Amino acid sequence: MLTWIAILILAALSGLAFLMGRRKALASAGGSPAKMHSLPGYYGTYVALWVGVPAALLLFVSIMFGGRLEHGLLIANQPPVLHQLSAEQKELFFQDAQAQAEGRQASEVIYAPDVKAALDAKANEARSYANAFRQGTFALMGVLVLAGFLWTFPRLNKDFRARNRVEGWVDGLLMACSIVAVVTTLGIILSLVWESLRFFSSVSPAEFLLGTHWSPQIGMRDDQVGSSGGFGALPLFAGTFLVMMIAMCVAGPVGLFSAIYLSEYAGPKARAVFKPLLEILAGVPTVVYGFFAALTVGPIFRQGFNSLGGLFLGGPLNELGLYLGQVQNQMALVAGVVMGIMLIPFVSSLSDDIINSVPQALRDGSYAMGATKSETVKKVVLPAALPGIAGAFLLAISRAIGETMIVTMAAGLQAKLTLNPLETVTTVTVQIVTLLTGDQEFDSPKTLAAFGLGLTLFAVTLVLNIVALRIVQKYREQYD
Amino acid sequence: MTPNGSSFSRSVMPMNRDDSASHEASTASGEQTAPAAVSGPSVKIRARDINVFYGEKQALFDVAIDIPEKSVTSFIGPSGCGKSTFLRCMNRMNDTIPICRVTGAIEMDGEDVNDRSIDPVVLRARVGMVFQKPNPFPKSIYENVAYGPRIHGLATGKDELDAIVESSLRRAGLWDEVSDRLLQPGTGLSGGQQQRLVIARAIAVGPEVILMDEPCSALDPIATAKIEELIDELREQFCIVIVTHSMAQAARVSQRTAFFHMGRLVESGATDEIFTNPRDSRTQDYITGRFG
Repeated sequence: MLTWIAILILAALSGLAFLMGRRKALASAGGSPAKMHSLPGYYGTYVALWVGVPAALLLFVSIMFGGRLEHGLLIANQPPVLHQLSAEQKELFFQDAQAQAEGRQASEVIYAPDVKAALDAKANEARSYANAFRQGTFALMGVLVLAGFLWTFPRLNKDFRARNRVEGWVDGLLMACSIVAVVTTLGIILSLVWESLRFFSSVSPAEFLLGTHWSPQIGMRDDQVGSSGGFGALPLFAGTFLVMMIAMCVAGPVGLFSAIYLSEYAGPKARAVFKPLLEILAGVPTVVYGFFAALTVGPIFRQGFNSLGGLFLGGPLNELGLYLGQVQNQMALVAGVVMGIMLIPFVSSLSDDIINSVPQALRDGSYAMGATKSETVKKVVLPAALPGIAGAFLLAISRAIGETMIVTMAAGLQAKLTLNPLETVTTVTVQIVTLLTGDQEFDSPKTLAAFGLGLTLFAVTLVLNIVALRIVQKYREQYD
Repeated sequence: MTPNGSSFSRSVMPMNRDDSASHEASTASGEQTAPAAVSGPSVKIRARDINVFYGEKQALFDVAIDIPEKSVTSFIGPSGCGKSTFLRCMNRMNDTIPICRVTGAIEMDGEDVNDRSIDPVVLRARVGMVFQKPNPFPKSIYENVAYGPRIHGLATGKDELDAIVESSLRRAGLWDEVSDRLLQPGTGLSGGQQQRLVIARAIAVGPEVILMDEPCSALDPIATAKIEELIDELREQFCIVIVTHSMAQAARVSQRTAFFHMGRLVESGATDEIFTNPRDSRTQDYITGRFG
């Protein structure tokens, strides 16, 4: 509540500063904006920014980190009764103390009377910390407001370059936004690397990258069945690769040929129909593709293979017939084909852009030699566009190996080292999902394995993207 | 506008109308829409009543002209006057523009090129074209020249193809410069070399006519001089039509000149006469630099 009042007061002070700054600057020019360096509003804005922004930033920081500071102060001296509690219980105790101090809902733990008394004492302590902290914050905000005003207001006159100064603030804002993006990315990478290092301290990288046994369960008890755990991720990489290859076999030709049709053969009317339709396909959420794969394509494929197997039964290919007869709904082929369909618009629109950027002069040159349209496409346009199309394919591959929903629903969970598209396989992304969903403790190699997989996936897609973007860029330069 | 000092510059320059006394009087009648009579070599291309429309807009009006065999005919005129459009009618390159419509008759050796029985693909093998900006394919020098012979099946074996490539490059005056790097990309050559490569590519399919659409406008004076020299040599074997913005170039390389203005063929005739003794005041204004 007090915080909200502080925000209101701060806003009002900024508004007042705006009016005062504007008025003083106008007065110094004798009321004529034409004689001033900047429009009157800029002078007001300049003062208002210095009055409002530093204090607002301070308030934001104190709200963000105040709780943490209090927590640190609280646990600094622990009442003796806490010695009977375990580490987790202590953690909960202090959380409850802070919650009680702030009037929030505490946990439903019933504490013993002596502990309860200690809790109340700690809650009072927390309350006093919070009060002191808040008062300190407000006082400091007041100082900042005053300082900002004194820093700017006396300097205002008609020749003051308020416009440039205000634009400096805009510069700063834009830079701050880009820094947020960069810092966030760095933070994600660092946490990924950090957790992966923890994982690799218990499982060697060689075993992880080259081992063929994947069974990340760690037993609750030491004598539990299957508690050994196996962290050889090779079957996952193989599964990912298999699904990706199947997807590219679908998306590559279909996407490329549709791009050729759209850019070289389709008239304006056909283009006006097909282009938006492809874009709709690109907008379908992957989870929809996922249940399309699991509920529609999977059963159709299974029935197809089962009845195909029936044809071989009793013949010389009896074994094959038996095998096809027991094919399941979930298989690499289904996930790959549906993922390929998902990637068609991606490949198609990228290739379309690239084919369109092949200069018309090359086509004219070919036509003028007496080449037909198909000869021109085959021998001039496609070779010219090839590097760019290769880049587009690499981008599609990096999307295919990062894709999660379709494989989660349609590929299966069994980590098998196979290249048979009719087997169920599992991929890196599927395993990350299964490792991290549900109740987890975050210290076991089981959950940390997810970070190892994530780091591997990140490294591969990063390299693919860099290579692909460089190829596409070089290709663009060639024709600029 | 001034001669660039090359040895083949003709004495007739657009600005020196005063020495017109040294030339014979006009032989053609004053009728502008009828083509001026072609003396000497026989007529290769005969165009009558050519109208071209881009959608609703008419780009050419009743163009009629005779273009002689084995000589260079230049089209001059201000930008947008329709000279390139007319050039592209002759090998039906305008077919590749969906909104473009051509009426009238263009006869090549007495055959109407717009006739249904004429396949534009075959026509374009007979009528080669060189564009304003050099447009070598992103292939090797060899493959650029071999492109036409390959798609038209002109060579039965590797040796024959090699021979065609070599002779085409020789005739384009490029062989000595590239013979040791035939397998390097054609796009790596200099602008002037690229343009000669493109000419070699056009020659390789054995055309009868070569159309050149401002072939030197993207080149420096020295490269331009080489191309002009080449055009002068090629004239002995081909019927060449060149669109140019440079009147000096038209005067240097062509035997006949046609002046286009606002989509109409204003005047055509022997180059000497057009530049020394134009019949139409618009031609005179243009070649003396009063507009355009």
